[in-house]
Amino acid sequence: MKVWKFGDDVDTDAIIPGRFLTIYNPMELAKHAFEGTRPEFAMGVARGDVIVAGRNFGCGSSREHAPIALLGAGVQVVIAKSFARIFYRNAINTGLLPLVCAETDGIHDMSEIEVNTLKRIAVVEGKTYHLEPVPAFLKEIIEAGGLVEYAKKLEEVPLCTVSR
Amino acid sequence: MGATIVEKIFSSRCGKAVAAGEVVMAPIDRAMIHDITGPLAIEKFKEMGGRKVFDRNRVVMLFDHQIPADSIEAAQNHVFMRKFAEEQGIFNRDLREGVCHQVVVEEGLAAPGEIVVGADSHTCMYGATGAFATGIGSTDMGFALKFGALYFRVPDSIRIEVEGTFPRRVSPKDLILAITGDIGADGATYQTLEFTGNTVQNMDMAGRMTCCNMAIEMGAKAGIVPPDTVTRSYLAGRGVMAPLEIASDPDATYAEFKDYNVSTLEPQVAVPHNVDNVVPVGEVAGTPIDQVFIGSCTNGRFEDLAAAAEVAGTETFDPKVRVIVIPASRKEYLKALKAGTIERFVNAGALVEAPCCGPCMGGAFGLLAPGEVSLSTSNRNFKGRQGSAEAKVYLCSPATAAASAIYGVITDPRGV
Ligand code: SF4
Repeated sequence: MKVWKFGDDVDTDAIIPGRFLTIYNPMELAKHAFEGTRPEFAMGVARGDVIVAGRNFGCGSSREHAPIALLGAGVQVVIAKSFARIFYRNAINTGLLPLVCAETDGIHDMSEIEVNTLKRIAVVEGKTYHLEPVPAFLKEIIEAGGLVEYAKKLEEVPLCTVSR
Repeated sequence: MGATIVEKIFSSRCGKAVAAGEVVMAPIDRAMIHDITGPLAIEKFKEMGGRKVFDRNRVVMLFDHQIPADSIEAAQNHVFMRKFAEEQGIFNRDLREGVCHQVVVEEGLAAPGEIVVGADSHTCMYGATGAFATGIGSTDMGFALKFGALYFRVPDSIRIEVEGTFPRRVSPKDLILAITGDIGADGATYQTLEFTGNTVQNMDMAGRMTCCNMAIEMGAKAGIVPPDTVTRSYLAGRGVMAPLEIASDPDATYAEFKDYNVSTLEPQVAVPHNVDNVVPVGEVAGTPIDQVFIGSCTNGRFEDLAAAAEVAGTETFDPKVRVIVIPASRKEYLKALKAGTIERFVNAGALVEAPCCGPCMGGAFGLLAPGEVSLSTSNRNFKGRQGSAEAKVYLCSPATAAASAIYGVITDPRGV
């Protein structure tokens, strides 16, 4: 598994440009992932590879095509210093795991990476990085396998219930 | 302890006091879907076992991103959505009305105290009416369509106090660009920007919409202007009776306070390739441009077109520049037609297109070639946003766009 390293403020137009938004098939979308900004990604990415980025990953448009394109490319985990709000939700909902890690600066492009989601650690070149826990209320959705699966099991929506 | 307007909205819609930081499954008053994110939302709704939407009268459907269909795929998406609307009995505005956000606000479909979601990031614009409105993805929208509810983390708020009078040819767009430059692209992530102060109270609805529209460019979940007489008279003309009192308590808890004064504000420009890369126009004046776009949900209203036309006067635009003008909605288009604004643009050499998103998203038409430079009144200048990733997009106000169109280079509108 290798690292695809990105900087701060990676926007969803970069992940999947607007002209491909009539496509909904994950594999087809994956062919155009990062087409304008990092053209070697679509050809070079392998199943299980991990995207590692700086701050504000996934800012901009609400297009769910972005996490879907990454999933189609075989990426299941994105590690970043922080995520833009809509992308974060979209990722959880579609089954792409967005994990926050404060020290992604030390992780380099094309390094070998091992992610253990249970222990919430990533090991890169012998060094261990700690990943922050996902908020409790989102765990249920992740454990169900995304919002669609979660919704299927829901007889009735628990309206106005409050949690932390 | 006092509550912010957003905490109050969630508390009143949920029937119990909720505070920032809490996660709540809240009811939805209105859900908007358009031609790009709608098809996937409908798929998700069906995958979740959805048969009937929660309330067909609370679903707003229209097409604006790729209209008239610019590809066979887009045409198929339109057909798919039309069929769904027919099955569900949803009133589909199809491609007739204009850009989604403008249409929701001008038809009075977002009112003070309501919770509104849209499958589009700039849904935060409806905060101009005092609604809590936020953009969501398609799966969230599938859920909202099925259950009429969605989980929210009640956001804390940044209070933005704006004072002063706008100098000539400086506008709310310059203000919000300056604020974005100051707060940064992720400076308000998960938060609400609450716009207050004299300048906001004196601002018309068009300006308030421009400000709330760009809250997302700072990562905010919503932008909101506490409703006042301006809001109420705007909504009254649209058949909406706004509640009399909904505002933050004086002792509400805020994450941050920010003060701005517009009296000395200069026209602002966001430089490629980030929206928070903002400089006074003087720093980039003289930059040659290939295309000017006046339109979008940020600045495609009559007031924006009028401001641009005022600067343009009787000049003709530089023939080396392609000037594309697109009113944000059919209603705004008509207003501009009647006022003679459209005629002025056509005389000056602009292409005036029917209401739609146009080049804003780089999906439909008006795309840029590698190496080209665009100056746009829209809200995003990301790499590749308006076509080639090797093109450059600068963002500005309608006045700056018009001044620049005359000279073919980025130009300070105050000197025209
Ligand atoms: S005008 Fe631009 S920003 Fe507004 S809804 Fe359309 S594509 Fe999005």
